[in-house]
Order: sequence, then C-alpha cells, then structure tokens
Amino acid sequence: MDLITVREIRVASTRDEVVFAPGERPLGGGTWLFSEQQDGLTGLVDLTGLGWPSVTETDTALSIAATCTIAELSRLTPLVLRTGERGPSRGSQGGSPLFWQCANSLLASFKIWNVATVGGNLCVSLPAGSMTSLSAALDAEAVIWTTDGGERRVPVADFVTDVQSNVLAPGEVLRSIEIPRPSLTSRTGFRRIALSPLGRTGTLVIARLDATGEVVFTITGGTRRPVQLRFDELPNARALEQSVLAIGEWYSDAHGASDWRRAMSALLADELRIELEGIA
Amino acid sequence: MRFSINGEPVEIEPEPGRVLRTVLRDLEHFEVKKGCDAGDCGACSVLLDGEPIHSCIYPAHRLEGAEITTVAGLGTPDAPHPLQRSFVDAAGFQCGFCTAGMIVTASTFTEEDREDLPRLLKGNLCRCTGYRSIGDAIHGVSNTESAVAGEAIGKSVTAPAGMRVATGREEYTLDLKTTALLHLAVLKSPYAHARILSIDTTAALALDGVHLVLTHRDSPSTLFSTGRHEHRTDDPDDTLVLDPVLRFRGQRVAAVVAETVAIAERALSLISVDYEELPAVFDPELARSPGAPLLHPDKGDEQRVAAADRNTVAEMHGETGDVDAAIAAADAVVTGTWRTQRVSHAALETHATRGWLDAEGRLVLRTSSQVPYLVRDELCHIFGLSSDAVRVFTARVGGGFGGKQELLTEDLVTLAVLSTGRPVQYEFTREDEFTVASPRHPMRVSVTLGASRDGTLTAMAVDQLMDTGAYGNHGIGVMYHSVHESVSVYRCENKRVDAQSVYTNNLPSGAFRGYGLGQVIFAIESAMDELARELDIDPFQLRRLNAIVPGDTMVVVDPNEKSDLLIGSYGLDQCLDLAQSALERGNSVETPAGPTWSSGTGMAISMIATVAPRGHFADASVTLLADGDYDLAVGTAEFGNGTTTVHAQLVATALNTTVDRMQIRQSDTDAVRYDTGAFASAGVVVAGRALLAAAGALGELMLERAYSMTGEHGRIVDGGVQTRSGLVTASELLEAGPLTADGSHDGTPRSVAFNVHAFRVAVDSATGEVRILQSIQAADAGTVLNPEQLRGQIEGGTAQAIGTALYEEMTLDGEGRVTTTAFRNYHVPQFADIPETEVYFASTFDGLGPLGAKSMSEAPYNPVAPALANAIRDALGVRPHELPMSRDRLWRLAGDGWREPSS
Repeated sequence: MDLITVREIRVASTRDEVVFAPGERPLGGGTWLFSEQQDGLTGLVDLTGLGWPSVTETDTALSIAATCTIAELSRLTPLVLRTGERGPSRGSQGGSPLFWQCANSLLASFKIWNVATVGGNLCVSLPAGSMTSLSAALDAEAVIWTTDGGERRVPVADFVTDVQSNVLAPGEVLRSIEIPRPSLTSRTGFRRIALSPLGRTGTLVIARLDATGEVVFTITGGTRRPVQLRFDELPNARALEQSVLAIGEWYSDAHGASDWRRAMSALLADELRIELEGIA
Repeated sequence: MRFSINGEPVEIEPEPGRVLRTVLRDLEHFEVKKGCDAGDCGACSVLLDGEPIHSCIYPAHRLEGAEITTVAGLGTPDAPHPLQRSFVDAAGFQCGFCTAGMIVTASTFTEEDREDLPRLLKGNLCRCTGYRSIGDAIHGVSNTESAVAGEAIGKSVTAPAGMRVATGREEYTLDLKTTALLHLAVLKSPYAHARILSIDTTAALALDGVHLVLTHRDSPSTLFSTGRHEHRTDDPDDTLVLDPVLRFRGQRVAAVVAETVAIAERALSLISVDYEELPAVFDPELARSPGAPLLHPDKGDEQRVAAADRNTVAEMHGETGDVDAAIAAADAVVTGTWRTQRVSHAALETHATRGWLDAEGRLVLRTSSQVPYLVRDELCHIFGLSSDAVRVFTARVGGGFGGKQELLTEDLVTLAVLSTGRPVQYEFTREDEFTVASPRHPMRVSVTLGASRDGTLTAMAVDQLMDTGAYGNHGIGVMYHSVHESVSVYRCENKRVDAQSVYTNNLPSGAFRGYGLGQVIFAIESAMDELARELDIDPFQLRRLNAIVPGDTMVVVDPNEKSDLLIGSYGLDQCLDLAQSALERGNSVETPAGPTWSSGTGMAISMIATVAPRGHFADASVTLLADGDYDLAVGTAEFGNGTTTVHAQLVATALNTTVDRMQIRQSDTDAVRYDTGAFASAGVVVAGRALLAAAGALGELMLERAYSMTGEHGRIVDGGVQTRSGLVTASELLEAGPLTADGSHDGTPRSVAFNVHAFRVAVDSATGEVRILQSIQAADAGTVLNPEQLRGQIEGGTAQAIGTALYEEMTLDGEGRVTTTAFRNYHVPQFADIPETEVYFASTFDGLGPLGAKSMSEAPYNPVAPALANAIRDALGVRPHELPMSRDRLWRLAGDGWREPSS
C-alpha cells in the first residue's frame, strides 16, 4: 500500500549513504514495509542499491547478504531436494533442503520471494519469520553495521529478542548472515505445523546433528523468539520433552493458541529425535 | 523515470512511498486490481521483467528500466492468451476480481508447475469458486459448451462477460477515470462507546488540498439503517450518517474530503476531538442483563427497537404443543450449546462508491452494491431528495455474499458530493472490511431434541442469542430467518423457539450468505446427529423419518401462520439418496497411516426459501434491435452469482435465438423502473421471471407485427419472424416502430430448495488436523439452467463454509477491538485447503420458478459446517461445539474428552 507518511526515499549506493534521520528506516525488498501503514515513518533508505553479492562463500562460512532475495536463497537447495516440507533428514553431501523448506514456510508465496529479502525477514522479527528459523537453526551469525562505521556480530538465535523486536540499535543495519560451514555439513531434520496446510507457521522445529555428536533443536514460530535446546548427544524422549515443555514464552495469536503450540513443538521435536536416531 | 507497461514506454516521477499498483491504476491500467493492498491476495499480480510479483507492495521508485506486463498485455479478447481462453472455457471465475492476478501468475507456470498448484497459488485468493474450476482452467479443461438457437436452457454456456474479465477489460466499481476527483477519508472512533463533546476541524481544513471536513454537525438528522431490504421498516432506524454518539471502535467521527487519499488521511490527524468515554458492553449475555450500559436508550417502537432498556433489538418467543412434556416423555433426549464466530465476507473488491453530479445536476453514484435501487431510495429518504434526482448504478461487482446489501459508503459520498459539487470517492481498505463492514452474526445456540424409540422427533427447543453489534442492520431479519427453515424443515409436534438479537459495543454484524441459517443449522444438525447416535439410527434415515414431505405445513412455532412459502417442488428425498450412495460408494482417498489418525463420516441437511419474504420485486424489459440482437434491461446486479448468464439463457430460449444475441444492461436505477436487488438468491427466480415475462410479451408483439405485415402467422426464429413465405427480419419488423416489452415479478409465492452435504474425514488426535477425504453435496435446485454454473455455486458455497468450519475467525480483544485486520491473520481458504466436492443434482421441476428452477446461491453454504462437525465427531469420538473447528481446538477436544467449549 502507499505509505502516505513517507516523504523521501534515498537509494544508498555506498556505506556513507546508509544514514538515517529520525523517522527513517532501512528498506530491503519492501514486501513487509509496504504491506502495513507504518506510523511515524517519514523516509526510507533503500539498501538494494548497495550491490551486495547475494551469496558469498568463504573458507569458514556461507555468507548471505541481507538483500539476498528469498527466491535466490531458496535455490541454494539443489533441485532434487526441493520436495515437500517433511523431506527426510539429509546431510551436506547432497546439499541442504533447509533453504527450500524454510522459504516454503513463509505465508508469502513464491511471487513475494522474488522481492522479499532474507535480511528483511529477520529484521521484521516476527515469530513465524522462517529466515530466522533457518539461520538460527544453523547457528548463523548476524553481521551488523554499526553507526560508527564498524560492525558487530550476534548469533542469529539472539538477534530476535521478542515479537517484532531485535538487537538492532537505531541507525544499525543488518549486513549479512554467516552460516558456519560445519552447520552446512550437519544432518538436519525439519518439521512445521500451522492451523491450515500451508498457513502461517504455528510452530517450526529444526533439529541439527553435528559431526561432533552435538544435537541442537531450534524452535521458532511457537515461541516469541527463537529458542535453542542443545544436547551433547541425542537426548531420550523424556529429556527432550521436558526441555521443550519447560520453555517459558509460548506465543498465542491468530495462528495458534499457546498451549497447542507448546504441545506441537514437543511432538515435532520428538518426531525429529526419532528420525535422527535412525541416522545416528 | 522511464519504464514500460505492456510494451508501451511511460515516463513518470512517482511520489515517495507509492507502490507500483497505484502507479499502474493512475495510468488507467485498471486491469490491475486492488484486493488487499498488503500482498496477501494476489489480485494485483503483474510481471516485472517476466517474474510475477504483487504490485501492491512493490516500491515504485525502483521502476527505472523495468518492463511491466499486466493481464491486458498477455492478450486481448480478439487474440487471447491460451490461459485467458481456458479460464473462460473452464468457467474458472465467478465475480472475476481475482482472475487477472490468477492468469498473470499462472502464465509463468511450466508443465511441472501445474502439478504443484496448491503451493504455487497460495498467494492468489479466490473467494467465489472453491478453486476446482481454476485448477481446470490452468490444466486446460473446458467445462462449457455452446448452444444453438432456442436451446440454451440446461446448457453450460459461458458467462457473457467471460473474455472481458479474463483479459482485464471488464470494469469494476472504480475502474474508470474521473477528472477532478476528490477522495474521502474517515476519522474513526478510538472508543467502544463515547460521546463527542467537541470537535475542532480548523487545522484539518487549513491543510493544503483539503476541501471539506464533515462532522455530526453536517449530518442529516434522519435515522436509518445501513441494512437494506424491500421494506425499510424491516430494519431499525438506529443510525445516522454522522452521530455524536459513538457505539463501536471504528465508527465514523468525521470525514475529510481532499485532493488525494494521502492528504485526506493526513488531515485526519489534525482534527481535534474531545470525547466523553461511556461504559461499554461486549458480551450479548451481559448486554441483555439488568444494569448493562445501554446503547440506544432513546429508541423504541417507532424505531423498531424491541426493548432498548435491555439492548434487545428483536426477540421471538413461541411454542407449539408442549415441549417440556414431550421431553419428559421422550425415549431419547439430546441437548447442547453451540457457538459460532464472526466471519468476514472477504469479497475481494472492497466496498467503494464514486459519486458526481451529471450535466443535469443529478446525483450519480457508481457503487459496489447488491442493491442499487434500495440504496437510491434510502438516500432519498435520508437526504430528502426525490428519486428522479438520484441515479445509483453498479459496474461488475467484485463479490458480495450479502456484505453489499448494506449502505456503508454511499451516504458519505452523497453528503460530500452535495456539499462540494465535485466528484468524490470513498473506498474501504481491507482493514475497514474487517473493522467497519458487517460480518456474519456470531451466535450462541442451545438445542434440545426429544424423540421416541422409533426415531420420531417429538420435541425441539431452540434458544438462540446473537450479537448484532452496535447497530441493528439485519439484526431483526437474520434472527427470524435463522430459526425459520432450520426449524421448519422438521415435522415435530412440539417446538419451542426463543431468539434474541442483542446490541453490544462490538462492530455491527450484517447479512451473509444463508442469512443466519448456517449458524442455527450447525447447532440443530449437530443435535440431530447426536440423536441418531443416541437412537442408533442411521443419520440419513433419521432425516427421512422427520423432514417435511410434500403436503406438510412448514411450521416454526405457529401451525396456523399465514405464509406464501410452499413446497413448489420436493427433492430432499433424492438429495438424501444421492449423498448417501456417494458416501457408501466412497472414493480412493485413504486415511493417513498412523496410530493417531482416525476416520469418520457425517452428514447434514438444509432447507432455504427461494425468495425473501414480504415481496421481492423486479421489473425487466426486452427490446428487439435491428440486427436481430435483443437489449435486455434488468435491475439486479452481477457479482459472480452468474445471474447474467442465466438471464441471457432464459431470453434466448424464449425468443428461439442464441445467447450471443443478448445485450444486457443491468443494476442501474436508469435501466428499469425497479428491482429490489440481488439478495436472498433472487437474481434468477425473481428477475429471471420478470425477464421471461418480458420476453414472452415481446415475442407476441413480434408475431403480431409480422402478421400485420404479411398476413401470415409466423414463429420467432433467430433474426426475426419466420413465416411461410419467408423471414421477416428484425430490421423489417422495426420499420413500423420499436418493439419492446416489459415484464415484472413480485416474488410470491415462494418455494424451498434443499441441500444435503456429506463428508468422510480423517482427524489426527495428536495435532487436531482434519483431512477431508471425501466431500459430497446433493442439491435440489429444480430445473438446472446452467449445470457448470450451478456446480460452481455449490463448490463456492462449500469452500466458504469449509473456511467457516475449519479456519476463519475474526477475533476481538474483549473490548471491541478487532485483532484480525488483514488476510495474513484471517485465513480465507487457499487452493490447498479445499478438496474437490462431488456435486449431484436432484431432478425436480418447480412450479414457482422460471422454467422450473429454484435459487441456489446461499443454500450450498448451510449444511457444510454441521456435516463436517458430525464427521469429526464420528472420527474423534468427541463432539465439537464451536466454530471454527481449528486444529488447536480439536487437539484440545481430543485430549480432554467431552466438555463444554469455553466462551
């Protein structure tokens, strides 16, 4: 929708131009910003003109620019793995199905993916933001441009602090997320449930079994912010259930009541435990 | 900046904050629709450099060098894109407002993608069809046929507007350019109940571009109701255009008229208002209790408010026989309390009106309405205008479902046009649709049934309480209708009905497909299912034993009630047989494997009157044109109901010609003398009969004219009158003067239509997930005039009802604040949510309908929720009492065993 309070949009082409007056915010794809009236918003600084390469590989990480579109990210999953949501757990040899699974976890259709960005999804910081699910589950780091011209790093699992709330200080910009290579070679399992077959996420659980034997369950959607449960080895059913049920901050909205989300998280986590047990 | 639209270069400098959709529509690319304005519905889909995007959330400042393709750029009526052709041939649309976006999106699909439609179409909502026909269109399946002269009836001919809709040429309400147009925006009440102490508009008026600020000081003092009926006295006079007392959050406080929507909205924040907050009540049980804050204490009989001192706009209490004694004597008794939620119509075209003064100074309103004549008459009443001083008309309406049997935008536009002399537009946002427009009435329905061991129903008690909200629009009619055909479909010696329609400080409820029946039928048919279990009688058989048959009187609580409602044809027996045999036949869809899945079956019936009571009037005329075409003038509106198609079929058949000869003018107070409007499913059975009468009369005139010219008796053929010595052509017939005839119908007596729905479902007790394995609906619509359209109406009604039953819920925060204000938080069924429904037709001929037909627009909705609830009960072993039967609710039910739902 037209943002009637916006008086100026600047397209930044260098970091020097990434500066914000009061009432101004960074603009990624815009698919969320332009979907609701934004009270008090007077200007936007468009980051998509900065020319950040969408995906960069380093020795230690896969770096995904904040301006990488969801469509580009989804294609990081090889064609053969782009199947239904509940695909089998797979390791790195054939690539990760998670990019595709998490893109399809968005309420937004593939048309939105052509414009929406990974960073935008993280920065909106909704519980159902599945780019948060993806990057938190893979222990990715958020690279943040600070206002003094430097940068700082935060685990994505800590980036979102509550519903539509995150660690970005005024003037800070999310530059990229960096997924450590070991996470990409881990086995993962994915489960999601919503109130309708393709509805907005009620809860989303990703399990990751590292080469070290460590197992990480990451819960998003059902909770107000990402919650990670780490185990040195695959936990038994009771231990896992207790850990999930002990989580304090279940979310309740039009996409599911909190008691159901809590129970579904435990159920899905257990399904993943059994799945990983078969592999381990 | 420079970019191109459908290959045409354009150069513009969009204002900051503008989206592509606004830019396109400003450039008169009206084929790009505004449905949700939030990226959720897909009606605005276009191609950007070949990739599909939602143009309503695409920032326009990025357009430099872009190539934009809209549905109009994909093809034209003369050279359509293959998908445009196949959407027409498949009958892949009803109102058509989603069609442009559907076609643009589907135009990017590969062969492989076509097997992945549920996922790929989740960003394209259709509120009308139920998606089966859209899937057919994308797969190239044709469901329509042509008809030779005189044989259109019973054929699945295509909608006359089909190719225009598919190529983006068909105009909807706001799809036209008006120069010097002003826009209206509304300041809404921040309180659920308050009085305006003072209001200062000085600063708003001073803003550059603001032309007018309207407050309650400018409002006519005539009370009215936004709900519209043939008789204005059917609804309470409890509403003002602008009222100094605010009774729900979102009610109009003031309106700004300005050069642009943006200026008007900015000016709203400059209006300074002092409010006195008043105590409010949000629960109808509390609202009718002593001591509750009163919403309309000053209203009474004169305004048709039953008991203002208990916030009760209408109530009904009646009994026939002795229900308590019958229950005491019954072999089996079941009782329960069911609750239904608020549901949004979610028509993809929002309410909107554009008004202006024509060259003669007459007020002209182009509006998204089902009832242009009723709107005109009420505006004349409110503003003291004569009916020849006002013209109200519609273009094609982008969905209605009852939501546009309501005067929600026209009155403010009238006030603004009369005040400024300028053209003015007022368009609802999607948020307005959720917070201001009138949803389905939420109800609490308690039912007690008693029966003898042989299955004879001996007692039926229904206690209904509905929340009409802050105003009583449709709050009387819905209450009476809700307990009418739902109760009178059963023969039972002892019946008691208590019903109350109660004011609260929630948003006003209104008319919605089924008009209250769906809510009460959910309760009664659930109770009947429980009774069948109690008696161990097959649920189909229990209905056969107790439902009315020809010769029975339809009784609510007064066996001696005078009524024009008759059983003009009876197909319930066939519907029961058709649905039962289809359920027994089954299909190949299996219950998912796993210990937590179980399956079950369920069914329910419904009956509905074919016309609204107390008169529904239609005038029509048919005129012969020189080339052998016919001009049809009819008052009723087309909003996806398909009446226009059927009107063409009726007249083409009566005049022994083809449907392409029909030129139809409709839904315009200038078109004919009068038409009550397109509600209560009356478009075919009332306006259709008026047209048939006109066509018959015109045929007589043509034969007389031919006889006077040739001295021979002829017969009507395509192009003129055939006599023994040759064809007298239309132009020859017209040499002696025009040939035109009028017809009318008064909507009485009325008949009843029947529907039976059956489901086989699987339910996962671990998650609450429901999978519909088989869905069946059998309908008694009398003569089937257009099988594919009728199938589409039944599928669409079923899909809406599945939405109500499983997914849709407007939530309020307990203080009158709607918390679901966008499609992303209010789940309108997507392609993935709707199973294919097997549709069966009874074979009956109705003595009261046109060529034996009965109406079938609202009816298919009504039996679906209880049939689904009964199937879920069968699978889960626990009965749901509350809609929607969402996964979280069913999961709780499965875990806790039987319990009363929380309120």
